[in-house]
Amino acid sequence: MQTKRMTFPGRWLPYALLAPQVIVTLIFFIWPSLQALYMSLLREDAFGLNTSFVGLANFRRLFADTYYLDSLSVTAVFAIGTTLLSMSAALLLATTVNRMLRSRNGYTTLLVWPYAIAPAIAGVLWWFIFNPSIGIVPYVLEMLGYRWNHRTSGTDAMALVIIAAAWKQIAYNFLFFLAGLQSIPQSLIEAAAIDGAGPVKRFWTIVFPLLTPTTFFLMVVNVVYAMFDTFGVIHATTQGGPAQATNILVYKVYADGFVGLNLGSSAAQSVILMAIVVALTVVQFRFIERRVNY
Amino acid sequence: MVEHRPLSQLAAHLILIAGVALVLFPVYIAIVASTQAPGEFLRGTLPLVPGGHALENYRAMWESGLSRAGAPPVGQMLFNSLVMALAITLGKLAISLLSAFAIVYFRFPFRLFFFWLIFVTLMLPVEVRIIPTFQVVADLGMLNSFAGLSIPLIASATATFLFRQFFMTVPEELLEAARVDGAGPLKFFKDILLPLSVTNIAALFVILFIYGWNQYLWPLLITTDSDYYTVVMGIQRMTTAADGDPQWHLVMAAVVMAALPPVLVILFMQRLFVKGLTETEK
Repeated sequence: MQTKRMTFPGRWLPYALLAPQVIVTLIFFIWPSLQALYMSLLREDAFGLNTSFVGLANFRRLFADTYYLDSLSVTAVFAIGTTLLSMSAALLLATTVNRMLRSRNGYTTLLVWPYAIAPAIAGVLWWFIFNPSIGIVPYVLEMLGYRWNHRTSGTDAMALVIIAAAWKQIAYNFLFFLAGLQSIPQSLIEAAAIDGAGPVKRFWTIVFPLLTPTTFFLMVVNVVYAMFDTFGVIHATTQGGPAQATNILVYKVYADGFVGLNLGSSAAQSVILMAIVVALTVVQFRFIERRVNY
Repeated sequence: MVEHRPLSQLAAHLILIAGVALVLFPVYIAIVASTQAPGEFLRGTLPLVPGGHALENYRAMWESGLSRAGAPPVGQMLFNSLVMALAITLGKLAISLLSAFAIVYFRFPFRLFFFWLIFVTLMLPVEVRIIPTFQVVADLGMLNSFAGLSIPLIASATATFLFRQFFMTVPEELLEAARVDGAGPLKFFKDILLPLSVTNIAALFVILFIYGWNQYLWPLLITTDSDYYTVVMGIQRMTTAADGDPQWHLVMAAVVMAALPPVLVILFMQRLFVKGLTETEK
């Protein structure tokens, strides 16, 4: 990795400059992570008096535990649902805004502000709108012949958290899609138009393929968001229920460890999550090195 | 536009208006709900036009909160959120600027090692190491304190990378000129590098402030004393504690107040926000 051609001399100064960042990193990031690794190999008895080394038993148990396997698939459904919903809505809005000349900035302003809303607050907002007794959407659904109740129906609860999580993320995806669209050379689109391709055909044969790098990047970011940043959505609304239907991995780590005090199992879940983040980060950075292209 | 088609232009506007309406809908409902009288929700359906009780609801939440649900006054929680968000933002900016400066402008043993150490923090979000991090903070006696709310979150790989990238684009001649004139590293940092970085610092400030304000899991873990509740986590207490009958008109007043500061930051600093967002992710 490069520095400037010319650098400052100094033996202690660079270490002093790095010290605050490195100390915080070591104490609050590295040390707890090592602890999680270590704890994942231990088991505590019910009273917390004895701990014994159990090797990989915590992991073996997890993968034999139907609750954990359910949580894995719940997380997959949640992440894929959130990503698809949020990205397709954002792509539709971004391509449409991109056609506008005078009103582009106005629409952009109106569409980006939900980025500022905390996931937990997004959850509470939609929780209220979908409230089975007073919410506005269940009232409409009732007239259409569907009894909405996210307190008893797992499907309803999952739909609710997906909508809340996706709603908050539309702004982010929208901005990146818009930036991607604006970097596509206008001449390509004009050439296709002269050859007689209509707007829909132009979108699928020219615009969408050229957006591949943006789309791929956003897919990774959205999956990371859905898996790790949506704790607030779940905790402020369904709390994993009903009957584990929205118990995503991050929420389960919290519930098992902090509420259920099952430290070994929670630590093992932490380690699995870390492996997932590492994998996703590697995918993201490798992709940034050489962008997907033809 | 390539061709002129009034009809498709009209359709485009309709799509956008529907999109904007859908995006605004939850917040509109929240604002309407926050202006209702207490009994309004018992009738079974939510009114769609604002009621006349805005002032008293907002004042009640600002001054006294929902004591039955164990939530302190919103005014106080907003203050706590502001302190936490600013501490996280300024802390992240300060330590990232310093470490990027060290990495770009010095050659020293283990430089690469430190770079990777900072990089690794990207892969260790709080969510995946909840309990051991809580233990460290508890052992240090930082539960229920502003230090505990902010310091563990101020390590930042993204900010460090952004500043590193920016420093690499600063012309070499500036450094040479400064050295010829006899400026030491700290003087160069303060008088040349910092002024050049102002736009980047401002853009990052917007993003980090929103990040700090919206923290949820961390305050939830380490605050048991309601004096330190932040507003985003406090709202959750209000919705669950008064189970069966959350006082929605009051809860929604708190929601609106909690969401307002970061939304205003985005609306008033939209250009910086877009710059910060698109650059931190590269």
